[in-house]
Amino acid sequence: MPEESAPVISRTIDARGSFCPGPLMELIRNIREAQPGDVIAVLSADAGSRTDIPRWVEKAGHRMVGVFSRDGYDEIVVETLH
Amino acid sequence: MDEPLSIVLFSGTDDRLTAASLFAAGAAVLGRPVRILLQYWGLEAFCADRNARAAEISGDASETGAALFADARAGGQVNWAETLRQSKELGEVEISACAQSMDVLKLQPADLDPMVDGVEGIAGFLAAAGNGQILFV
Repeated sequence: MPEESAPVISRTIDARGSFCPGPLMELIRNIREAQPGDVIAVLSADAGSRTDIPRWVEKAGHRMVGVFSRDGYDEIVVETLH
Repeated sequence: MDEPLSIVLFSGTDDRLTAASLFAAGAAVLGRPVRILLQYWGLEAFCADRNARAAEISGDASETGAALFADARAGGQVNWAETLRQSKELGEVEISACAQSMDVLKLQPADLDPMVDGVEGIAGFLAAAGNGQILFV
C-alpha cells in the first residue's frame, strides 16, 4: 500500500511487547475513547495482528489505512469512522 | 445478534486457562456473546485458596515448550485472568460456575472470584448456547 496516502496519525499505541490478541484489544480500547476521524497507529510485533486487526476493523465499520512493515514490527494504521 | 460462543472450561492449568481466555477475548472483540461454564478444575482456578495449579502448565507441554511458556509469563505477558477481565470490559462475557461442580467440590459462591457471574446447570448452559459453537477446554 502506498504510504503517501497515509493521513496524519492522532495517536500511536506501542503494543510491541504484547502477544495476540493484546494489540487488537489495545486498539479497541483506544478507539472507544477516540473521535470519528481520529487515525490510530498500533505498533505490533505479533504476526496474528496483521490479519486480526484488519478483519476486526472491517467488521466494526472503521477504515484500514494500511499495515506497514517496519524494522522488526508492523505499524497498523486505522481511521476511526464512528 | 451473532450466535454466542460457549466455552466449557474444565481444565485448571495455566496454559489451558490461557487458551480458553484467548478464545473468549477473540469472540468478545468480534461482538459475539461469550458464555463460559466453569467445571471441576476450571472452577477451582477461580477459587483463591485452591488455584495453585492455575500457575502450572499441563502435562501436554514439552519441557522446552513449558520453559518458553514460563518465559513469556515472566516477561510480562498478560495472564489468563487479566485477559478474561479485559474481555469482560470489551464485550459481553458471562462466566458461570457449574452447579454440580460446586456441590462436588463443596464450594459456595462467596468462595469464587468476583469475575464469576453466577451458578448454572448444564441444561441451562446448553439451552443458552443454542446453535452457537461450544468449546471444551
